Amino acid sequence: MRNDKDLRNQGFKDFSETIGTRLSKIVLTIMLSLAWTQAAWAHVEGGQAAGFLTGLQHPWSGLDHVLAMIAVGLWGAQLGSPALWMLPIAFPMMMAVGAMMGLVGIPVPGVEIGIALSAIVLGAMILAEARPKLAIAIAVVGIFAIFHGHAHGTELPEGQSGLLYSMGFVIATGCLHGVGIALGLVHRLPAGKMALRLAGSFIAVMGVVFLWGAFV
Amino acid sequence: MKINNYLNSLYKSLIAIFGLLLWPSQADAHLVTTGLGPVYDGIGHLVLTPEDLVPVLALSLFAGMRGAEPGRRALFILPLAWFVGGLLGLVIEGLPDIPVAAVSFFILGALVAADLKLSNKVFTVVVIVVGGIHGALNGVALKESAGVLGLVGIMVTLFVLVALVSAFTVSLKKAWAKIIVRVAGSWVAAMGMLMAGWLFRSQG
Repeated sequence: MRNDKDLRNQGFKDFSETIGTRLSKIVLTIMLSLAWTQAAWAHVEGGQAAGFLTGLQHPWSGLDHVLAMIAVGLWGAQLGSPALWMLPIAFPMMMAVGAMMGLVGIPVPGVEIGIALSAIVLGAMILAEARPKLAIAIAVVGIFAIFHGHAHGTELPEGQSGLLYSMGFVIATGCLHGVGIALGLVHRLPAGKMALRLAGSFIAVMGVVFLWGAFV
Repeated sequence: MKINNYLNSLYKSLIAIFGLLLWPSQADAHLVTTGLGPVYDGIGHLVLTPEDLVPVLALSLFAGMRGAEPGRRALFILPLAWFVGGLLGLVIEGLPDIPVAAVSFFILGALVAADLKLSNKVFTVVVIVVGGIHGALNGVALKESAGVLGLVGIMVTLFVLVALVSAFTVSLKKAWAKIIVRVAGSWVAAMGMLMAGWLFRSQG
């Protein structure tokens, strides 16, 4: 008959082995990613095709944009279906509306403040595990998306394709939502709920920093 | 247990993706040309022109979402309408400057995102209009190069693309898979709006 101490030791051993296996898998994955071969480029990229890469990179280049996109995914995961997929549909559509407004010359006042507020509000929603009506959640996300689109959707370098830039920009934004949703799946774990709320508080605090930057 | 299974399959997928990424890439120092004649030039034209390719994919997704019957209609009507439009494009002198791609992206993307229930008749009209207009633009573009044989290549490619994409979409049964299709539609619509904005800026 095994006593409590043996059982605890066995449990700890199983736990260590599980962690060890997971860790070795993660290390192996990182090693494989480092072995990724790169194409040899004989010429500097430019012209039309570069527009796609510029669009793809742009949303990842600003922390304000990245955090807001991920926050949308996190909040969607926290709210569950149908918000889980309605929010990531509403955001790119309204972001495109904002970008279109910028492109046709319709001004949006306080764009930088709006972007900072998006991080604060979305972060606070995640922190509080707020569950407003679906229409209200979509409206909140949609209004902030206009600011993001107006600020970022119009920054096409000279000589690049607007179409390919748009494609890259929208796809990258959608992928950031996907990252948020994937991270938000931790919500299903008991400790994950707290982790998600902590992430929300981090996003809100960063939003305050962005807001400070917008005023200074 | 469920989460462990999920993590395991996620890990296996990651390994598979990274394995594929290890595949050595070719150094692209020059532009790609088919060099295989006008039919292949037509195929290349469609596959390498996002203004045409994305609306075709969106229309195929929409057809697949509506079911097997609309999928079959699109399979035969779209290449035919495209070909007829292309023949017209070969003989007419230029086309009015309409932002066809932006409008197609927006409308077809919105149809997919909204999962709109169109009647078969209305759906057929949409397919004919999309095929005819894009075909006419292709005809104008191919007038000096691949000509009718280029249009044949495009028609064949359209048939294959619509068959594959719409059949795949019809086969989707899980709710989350259908949601992914709708999300993709919203992306296409967003691209269309952005394109319209860029066109407005370049002309304004």
